[in-house]
Amino acid sequence: MNSFFKYFTDIFRAVKSLLTGMKVTGRYFFSPWEIVTQQYPENRNKLKMYDRFKGEVIMPHNEQNFHRCTGCGICETNCPNGSIEIIQDRIDMPDGKKKRIISKHIYHLSMCTFCGLCIKSCPSNALAWGQKFEHAVYDRSKLSKILNQPGSSIIKDIVE
Amino acid sequence: MKEVINLPVKNIEEEEYHINMGPQHPSTHGVLRLVVSLQGEIVKSLKPHCGYIHRGIEKMCEKDTYPQIIHLTDRMDYLSAHINNHAVCLLVEKALEVEVPERVKYIRTIIDELNRIASHQLWWCSFGMDMGGLTCFFYGLRDREKILDIFEESFGSRLLHSYYTPGGLMMDIHPNFQKGVKDFIKYFRKKIKDYDDILTGNIIMQERTKGIGVLTKEDAISYGVIGPSGRASGFSCDVRKHHPYGVYDKADFREILGNDGDTFTRYLMRMHEMRESMKIIEQLIDNIPAGDYTAKMKAVIKLPAGEYYQRVEAARGELGVYVVSDGNKTPYRMKFRSPNFSNLSALDHISRGVKIADLVAIGGSLDYVIPDIDR
Ligand code: SF4
Ligand code: SF4
Repeated sequence: MNSFFKYFTDIFRAVKSLLTGMKVTGRYFFSPWEIVTQQYPENRNKLKMYDRFKGEVIMPHNEQNFHRCTGCGICETNCPNGSIEIIQDRIDMPDGKKKRIISKHIYHLSMCTFCGLCIKSCPSNALAWGQKFEHAVYDRSKLSKILNQPGSSIIKDIVE
Repeated sequence: MKEVINLPVKNIEEEEYHINMGPQHPSTHGVLRLVVSLQGEIVKSLKPHCGYIHRGIEKMCEKDTYPQIIHLTDRMDYLSAHINNHAVCLLVEKALEVEVPERVKYIRTIIDELNRIASHQLWWCSFGMDMGGLTCFFYGLRDREKILDIFEESFGSRLLHSYYTPGGLMMDIHPNFQKGVKDFIKYFRKKIKDYDDILTGNIIMQERTKGIGVLTKEDAISYGVIGPSGRASGFSCDVRKHHPYGVYDKADFREILGNDGDTFTRYLMRMHEMRESMKIIEQLIDNIPAGDYTAKMKAVIKLPAGEYYQRVEAARGELGVYVVSDGNKTPYRMKFRSPNFSNLSALDHISRGVKIADLVAIGGSLDYVIPDIDR
């Protein structure tokens, strides 16, 4: 007799628990404004990343094409996986001394782990985070970038 | 004359046979291969084969300086990335006897707990999906998204943050951080009731998990099963209680212990832990003291020669970091004692005699993260 009752109470309990769950899903079904799906490629124009978003490492240049990098190579030594290569150049100064400048600041996005050590360790704040995140390309070599723009030079107020 | 060959007739029900579950299997949540020996549908024994995602992180640490090691620990248990970072930072601070500012301790503790909630939410999604409830997956991920948004606003990334540095933090928290966290707690307190309605109370889920994969307290201790899985068996192993770090000693929270040690209890442990984590965050979020976000550290960090060990409570259990230093700026040897590896060792023991479908449930309740096992 006992098992007979248990059989029916089990069925009742099962249906009740299912209905409790379906109450939740039903609520979302009838309140579509609670749905949070983003239509990604369509909303591209409106999509705004947070200010601190780590998309890629960039070197900001001002309007006159000046950057702040002295070519000291500290970021290169601090990078844990060799994503940064610094190629230095020497130029003759008017007073006869030679000065070190940056020739190429090469950044391999494909190897970067976005740890932020280069940006934190740069003594002259030459690097920053960029907001671009759509990095897919057809060829891996396109992921190696030269961060200092062609024709750019170092801003005057930086002293080493 | 015709020859009669008497082939022995094998009874397929009685014979043992082996199948490979994984390396690519949705319920192993990564590249883990389980060689399961079956008799009919019953699991006779099981052998995990690890190493499919071995990257040699411990070896790589030997060439990296201490600030550089942080970004590698992110990639072990990626679901509790902050907590892994915390372990290395605490170890370096302990070795150098640096006192970090009170503000850093508060922020780290809050973020660790947020990370724990996010990790348990993802576990809840995937556990629900392993049991056949796809709805859970969407709801869990939706709520995890709220935490990831807070993370993204403050530290710029969603999964692998590298936010802690030895001595403090990479940068200060975003001005919106406190408000975001408070909003999230208010939101999630409501939503966690949905979790209970959908999955915890579900009779199908309960029937499939109650009494399945029982791990006794003795076995939990001898296998070293820790974290929520070990506490489900009544093994009190919460590092936050036993060896407090951060400001856990200032927060009032309970260490939740179960006694059945079955799959359902392991499930309940994590549901309770999410609530406890919210309680911790609520107590701390308004009291973050003002101050510096990092202690003064030397540009090149060198640990004095010797051996160091530091443990923290990651989302899946105790994570230990062991360093042998010879006084250089890179460690001589680094060893991570990861919670998932020891939790996996008990899988063979607790899944003997269950049906193969229950193996999926047991695996889900142990909540292993494969990159942490292989490192
Ligand atoms: S980016 Fe900064 S750290 Fe790197 S070479 Fe230029 S100045 Fe030095
Ligand atoms: S973010 Fe880290 S990995 Fe990337 S270039 Fe900078 S230091 Fe290297």
